Amino acid sequence: MSLRIVVTVKYVPDATGDRHFADDLTVDRDDVDGLLSELDEYAVEQALKIAEDSDDDVEVTVLTIGPEDAKDALRKALSMGADKAVHVEDDDLHGTDAIGTSLVLAKAIEKAGFDLVVSGMASTDGTMGVVPALVAERLGVPQVTLLSEVSVEDGTVKGRRDGDAASEQLEAALPAVVSVTDQSGEARYPSFKGIMAAKKKPVESWDLSDLDIEAEEVGLDGAFTKVEAVAERPARTAGTIVKDEGEGGKQLAEFLASQKFI
Amino acid sequence: MAEVLVYVDHVDGAVRKPTLELLTLARRVGEPVAVALGNGAADTAATLAEHGAVKVLTHDASEYADYLVVPKVDALQAAYESVSPAAVLVPSSAEGKEIAARLALRIGSGIITDAVDLEAGDEGPVATQSVFAASFTTKSRVIKGTPVITVKPNSAAVEAAPAAGAVEALAVTFSDKATGTKVTARTARESTGRPELTEAAIVVSGGRGVNGAENFSIIEALADSLGAAVGASRAAVDAGWYPHTNQVGQTGKSVSPQLYIANGISGAIQHRAGMQTSKTIVAVNKDAEAPIFELVDYGVVGDLFDVVPQLTEEIKSRKG
Ligand SMILES: Cc1cc2nc3c(=O)[nH]c(=O)nc-3n(C[C@H](O)[C@H](O)[C@H](O)COP(=O)(O)OP(=O)(O)OC[C@H]3O[C@@H](n4cnc5c(N)ncnc54)[C@H](O)[C@@H]3O)c2cc1C
Ligand SMILES: Cc1cc2nc3c(=O)[nH]c(=O)nc-3n(C[C@H](O)[C@H](O)[C@H](O)COP(=O)(O)OP(=O)(O)OC[C@H]3O[C@@H](n4cnc5c(N)ncnc54)[C@H](O)[C@@H]3O)c2cc1C
Repeated sequence: MSLRIVVTVKYVPDATGDRHFADDLTVDRDDVDGLLSELDEYAVEQALKIAEDSDDDVEVTVLTIGPEDAKDALRKALSMGADKAVHVEDDDLHGTDAIGTSLVLAKAIEKAGFDLVVSGMASTDGTMGVVPALVAERLGVPQVTLLSEVSVEDGTVKGRRDGDAASEQLEAALPAVVSVTDQSGEARYPSFKGIMAAKKKPVESWDLSDLDIEAEEVGLDGAFTKVEAVAERPARTAGTIVKDEGEGGKQLAEFLASQKFI
Repeated sequence: MAEVLVYVDHVDGAVRKPTLELLTLARRVGEPVAVALGNGAADTAATLAEHGAVKVLTHDASEYADYLVVPKVDALQAAYESVSPAAVLVPSSAEGKEIAARLALRIGSGIITDAVDLEAGDEGPVATQSVFAASFTTKSRVIKGTPVITVKPNSAAVEAAPAAGAVEALAVTFSDKATGTKVTARTARESTGRPELTEAAIVVSGGRGVNGAENFSIIEALADSLGAAVGASRAAVDAGWYPHTNQVGQTGKSVSPQLYIANGISGAIQHRAGMQTSKTIVAVNKDAEAPIFELVDYGVVGDLFDVVPQLTEEIKSRKG
């Protein structure tokens, strides 16, 4: 038996850097340092764990849609231990929204061939947390999302979803789309050996024509949503800061009372 | 006036506050028609009517509890097809966003998630989003199909606006995908008796500075003196001092209360992402250089083990 896992990873601007918007109101991805979304490291980790725990012949492919630099994200995932990578890159993809992203991912996943898709819980830039559900809808396979624990056995994926009101045990037959949270287990660091090995691993590049997608279906022109205005949030006016010299708690109570919280 | 579908988040018929806020926003763009699914669905009608629902479409079936997400998408789609609304509004919970997204895809529409405000516009509703850890605000529109928009808790006031709230049974045929993901067991989260973190007017949080699970009783005591919810930073959660369901931040809950009190929390960008839109922010931290002080309306540089108990005592004595 073989098990084909596709891990979707996003290349995002560094959250600790100065993130901003470009003139066309899309995220500026040129002037900011980028990296593999930290939340997708958890997806890579769980895919590698599933591979290690399996008696099957497992192949882990990492897939990204993004500009040239997004290769860095693929490189990192390969050095963690993924087997091969697919980079979907096309100028017409600039400004694609969630609906469009899910189209491209679904087509690329189908072309790559899959039994299991593993995604992150949300990207660290768009933070929508909807792409895995959209990809499942498009592929017509079960959605087993937001798992803090996941395992695959005998063609079935199982996991635990810790929701607002309850913690649920979920189960679905493969093929399926899974997403994992940052509670699923620390992601490994690439070893020196892993980094060297990654240099020899195959990275395929596909464009829209490889996926039979028309330019009008994606990008800013194909988008289903439009950002009309962007404004930097005004800096909060500097507050009062006091040093505790024995009365700090009382002073704070006084402030809360003045604001009618007490 | 055009109708607006509002997806109801409820627990066995008890409507959760974010849904009532959604009704306030829905009335700005049309006449709210509520969709309530699952156990107790019909019991939601009175509350929904009080807050402006002209109609309440209800449906109950075991599928909603036994299978993940898709049965609810099927039902919301059925409601969409029977009403032909001008917009669909869904509370921004993890599940709400997934339901909304799949619906949008099915009906050929765009989706906007995590709106913090909604206004009527000439070309349809305009959603405000707070992005990049709340350092920017954007205004966006869905430009294809019927706008599907998810809205964060605490984005609008709950307003009484009595309407008919006529209950109608929704006819739902489940798709063949509805039973794809089975829920094999469910453990309900134990109630703490405190307000729901995302809905609370006041949130009191503790971070690494709290230095141990046992010390969280200091944070809880302050919270209880104010009738507040308790939050925690990821450092405190990862250390095992407080449950993950209470984590505030990018990978936890996003809160926007009237008052947020951060104790022993440095104010990392990922924590800020979940609390920066709070109206009033207060911090207690022994490091005067901690980034959290850049956000505060009032800050105390000091040891939380001195300041917090004194504050709690003072609040109790003032409240009598
Ligand atoms: C601040 C901001 C707000 C936005 N708001 C909206 C909006 O309201 N509506 C809308 O339609 N679009 C919106 N977008 C655009 C949207 O973020 C992108 O289209 C994005 O590719 C998909 O959404 P996400 O990053 O939020 O994904 P999420 O749903 O948060 O991502 C979940 C997972 O999907 C996978 N994934 C997502 N994108 C990629 C990718 N490019 N390559 C590989 N895997 C991927 C990853 O595994 C990721 O962990 C917004 C973008 C930004 C920066
Ligand atoms: C992808 C990603 C997602 C993340 N998501 C989240 C998230 O959702 N939520 C979150 O919180 N973090 C998140 N983080 C982690 C975040 O980067 C920080 O590591 C975390 O917020 C730090 O928590 P802290 O402020 O409690 O701890 P620290 O940064 O260690 O700060 C502790 C503070 O306590 C103060 N202190 C210590 N002792 C005392 C005392 N006795 N009295 C008063 N003050 C004292 C110190 O001066 C210090 O400022 C995420 C990180 C990543 C990479």
